[in-house]
Amino acid sequence: MKTPSLSHLRPSDYMNVYEPSEDTFLLLDALEAEADAGLLKDATVCLEVGSGSGCVSAFVGMLLKTCVLLATDINPHATSASLQTGIKNNVHIDPVLSHFASAFGSRLAGNVDLLIFNPPYVVTPSDEVGSNGIEAAWAGGVDGMEVTSKFLPLVNDLLSANGLFYLVTVRENKPLEIMREMRDTYGLFAKVVLTRRAGIEGLAIVRFSRTEI
Amino acid sequence: MLMCHVKGCSTDNFPLRIEDAEMEQVEVEFNEDFCRRLINKIDWPAFVQTAFALGLDQLPAALPDDLDEEFLQRIHKLALETKLKAGRMVCNGCKHVYLITDGIPNMLLQETEV
Repeated sequence: MKTPSLSHLRPSDYMNVYEPSEDTFLLLDALEAEADAGLLKDATVCLEVGSGSGCVSAFVGMLLKTCVLLATDINPHATSASLQTGIKNNVHIDPVLSHFASAFGSRLAGNVDLLIFNPPYVVTPSDEVGSNGIEAAWAGGVDGMEVTSKFLPLVNDLLSANGLFYLVTVRENKPLEIMREMRDTYGLFAKVVLTRRAGIEGLAIVRFSRTEI
Repeated sequence: MLMCHVKGCSTDNFPLRIEDAEMEQVEVEFNEDFCRRLINKIDWPAFVQTAFALGLDQLPAALPDDLDEEFLQRIHKLALETKLKAGRMVCNGCKHVYLITDGIPNMLLQETEV
């Protein structure tokens, strides 16, 4: 599957929106492999948290053809880019300016078939976390987990019965600990579906599900 | 689908009332199976209420048992082909206003509201 076209985004856009990079492409590769394995075929509602350029949501739209694509971001440049990327690639993305999934309240509970989060995972000083600008795309604070650890408690409520959650991690995030925590607290099964070394980053895509796959 | 999430606002916060709506029709390929799956995820009373308030369609108060293709086409048009380009979404509970600009709802709150 081709990577979505982002030719409408200019260098000036990437001053405000995270430019798809190795982590993004690893996530696309993982999603494509999962789709090829038939795991995503009945996905009706996809929610991508922190959609940035919209590259991942557009890719999901291209992979699945029919799927409601909800994309949230706290950065207005990002929601705007996500909308444009959908249009550019003939995919209907519904971006919402929102923190995580809070815009939907309990309305999405148990309804998300495909949940995707490529979080700000880079280890940074804590005071760099929490802006609405482009730093929010990478600044993860202590262990690179300050944002992710706030999102993880929401996952179990959002996922549908067959729902799958894909999370991008780096080694510093201690993915094995995340997996154990999600299993012990919520009974979610976790599996590393793809890993890659990119420069100094040891990237891993982790999948969480209600049943063992 | 969007719900008011102002702190302490817990009654009458869904669906949000849409005002000054500017709508746009887009074309999406119809897929019957997908539409059937989607209906199961829709809050039917809220959907009926919103479609009526926007002057788009008058749907039955209860979801029919037998969903024929004609009915699914109506749902398809409303749920997938009708987009809100601009407008205001008002919470009936706490009166908070959320704006939709250039097709994107802004559901961010000030820190004091969270």
